[in-house]
Amino acid sequence: MAEDKLYRVALREALTEEMARDDSVFLIGEDIGKFGGAYRVTDGLLDRFGPDRVVDAPIAEEAIIGTAIGAAMLGLRPVVEMMTINFSLIAYDQIVNNAAKIRYMFGGEAKVPMVVRMPGGAGHQLSAQHSHSFEVLYGLIPGLLVVAPTTPEDAKGMLKSAIRSDNPVMFLESMSLYNVRGPVPDGDYTTPIGKAAVRRRGSDVTIVGVSRMAVLAHEAAKQLEEEDIDAEVIDLRSIRPIDWNPIVESVKRTSRAVVVEEGWATYGATAELAAGIQERCFDYLDAPILRLGGAQVPMPYSLPLEKMSIPTAEDIKRLVRRTVGKREVDA
Amino acid sequence: MSARAVVSKNRPVAMQRQVLQPDGKLVDGAQPMEEEFLLEALRWMMKSRLYDHRVIGLQRQGQFGVYSPGMGQEASIVGSAMAVDPARDWMVPQYRELMASVHHGLPLEVISSQYLGKIGPARIPEGVKVLPTQVAIAAQLPQATGLAWGLKLRGEDSVVIAYIGDGGSSEGDFHEGLNLAGVTKAPIVFFLSNNQWAISTSRRVQTATRSFALRAAGYGFDGVEVDGNDVMAVYAATRAAVDKARKGGGPSLVEATTYRMSFHNTTDNPSRYQDPKDYEEAKTRDPIERVQKYLASIGLWDGKKDEAWTEELREENDRALKLAAEAQPPNPDDVFANVYQDPPLRIVRQRSELAGGQR
Repeated sequence: MAEDKLYRVALREALTEEMARDDSVFLIGEDIGKFGGAYRVTDGLLDRFGPDRVVDAPIAEEAIIGTAIGAAMLGLRPVVEMMTINFSLIAYDQIVNNAAKIRYMFGGEAKVPMVVRMPGGAGHQLSAQHSHSFEVLYGLIPGLLVVAPTTPEDAKGMLKSAIRSDNPVMFLESMSLYNVRGPVPDGDYTTPIGKAAVRRRGSDVTIVGVSRMAVLAHEAAKQLEEEDIDAEVIDLRSIRPIDWNPIVESVKRTSRAVVVEEGWATYGATAELAAGIQERCFDYLDAPILRLGGAQVPMPYSLPLEKMSIPTAEDIKRLVRRTVGKREVDA
Repeated sequence: MSARAVVSKNRPVAMQRQVLQPDGKLVDGAQPMEEEFLLEALRWMMKSRLYDHRVIGLQRQGQFGVYSPGMGQEASIVGSAMAVDPARDWMVPQYRELMASVHHGLPLEVISSQYLGKIGPARIPEGVKVLPTQVAIAAQLPQATGLAWGLKLRGEDSVVIAYIGDGGSSEGDFHEGLNLAGVTKAPIVFFLSNNQWAISTSRRVQTATRSFALRAAGYGFDGVEVDGNDVMAVYAATRAAVDKARKGGGPSLVEATTYRMSFHNTTDNPSRYQDPKDYEEAKTRDPIERVQKYLASIGLWDGKKDEAWTEELREENDRALKLAAEAQPPNPDDVFANVYQDPPLRIVRQRSELAGGQR
């Protein structure tokens, strides 16, 4: 059985169930207690679990991550909420130089079973400093697991997997997906980290979407049916490690690929995807792999300009038409 | 009894912790502001509050960006701004001291058009010594230290005032910025508005210290606490710190104790976490009413004057908002402007794709 739930509610359920199941799980972040989190994910958890397990922290991101690392090394399982991924830049040294390396540098004698949840993405007029998609900043780092679920089911299942993992997990949420509703299975289940999901089967082209772009890719694929283009859509879900098997299997069938992210494509997640597909599928490709990302500028604050700077389903359709050799319908 | 010495723009000023009590009566022995000067301060405070009310309304109608009001903190905002000289001193604002920037020479229509997503019209005019509004918490502090240090190295007769809050003081940038300012003896005043809240996080959760001002000792300079709802005290304390910095005495930290009588910003809902009693108590210390009571007691304020000023200031604010609303909206091409000094090929290409109707 599965009931429809909001993405943010699915996350809350994962936190609640894992905290009930395991006393070593605790939450720390800015405004997560009384306020229930800037995006209401932790609403009600302070009342249920008390201030020792739902910790309202001072505005000190580096210290929040650093203390979580220390607690994790002791054997606790901290789940950090960065109010947004943008604030994680302040804690980047603790994440990259410490969380990701401690197991290795301690010769396996220490581990950091920590989850850092953080919403990212643009579209909310939060301007240049607060609209980032930073999949690549964390995807780059050996020692981290990095995931970006796009459905309520995956949000819950992957958060549970992340909490139970003995590795530091960067759990990338999307501000624009919190109010998305979808089926969430009953009972205790986990969704594995390191697995992509095929969202739609198709034979003409493979679209791989990162984070929210997987949702847009699915929309674009449905609309492309009208143009007799049959697109396969793969939701990457796991940024690190990348699950190449379904992508390679798909591209070998379709011979065409479009890869899409919301962030900047130069040196971006899509650069890695395009390179990996090319290495694995070169002999099968009938067209260059096309990449789509946001405009390569700091995000404008002005609403119309911001909209222009973020990839849309229309943009995805345009690239797909190009790769399958169809002319622009309207340009 | 001899007449009290008064505080004015042109005389040296001594630090005062409180001048005007919440009931509008002067503290024994305190030096009040010269009357015309106090009226000027009141006008700015009223302008600030009226502007807040107006733009919150506009924001609710979808006609203004996310906004952080200064309600309850007008004495800190205005008293501190009056203590620096727009002609030579630099202001490094964060997002809650809008009217301080306006006092420092940034036209209200300019900063208003910023909230409307205008680009050209939101540009800070040449000669206005105000940095762009900082929204990354505490990031302005090391920058402000660098600005002040640079002014000192260039031998300029200028001081920097940098704003921060109780919440922002927990960031690493706070420590690093203040420490380096102490080492370099940079001419800077760190103005900390302790409004008791960082979104929902109360000052007690923010830090175990009993005083933010005390922290200055750790950086080797003076820290003072002042009643942040008393515009006369805020002015005196800030002026004393500014004068000291200008004379080569180095940085100061001014902690203005006040209360955020509104929300963090227009996305916030304090009823989720705030005890209404705290708000009611803060109201009894309202910075604007306090000045009005005092001025009424010396025959300079009454209901008629209140009405007349309110109307004038509303019109003044509305004129600025109208100019901002009518100012030129951005062009699509502006997306790619000012990313680099000279745009690299990729930008040039994206720009031309856009001009051709594609992104």
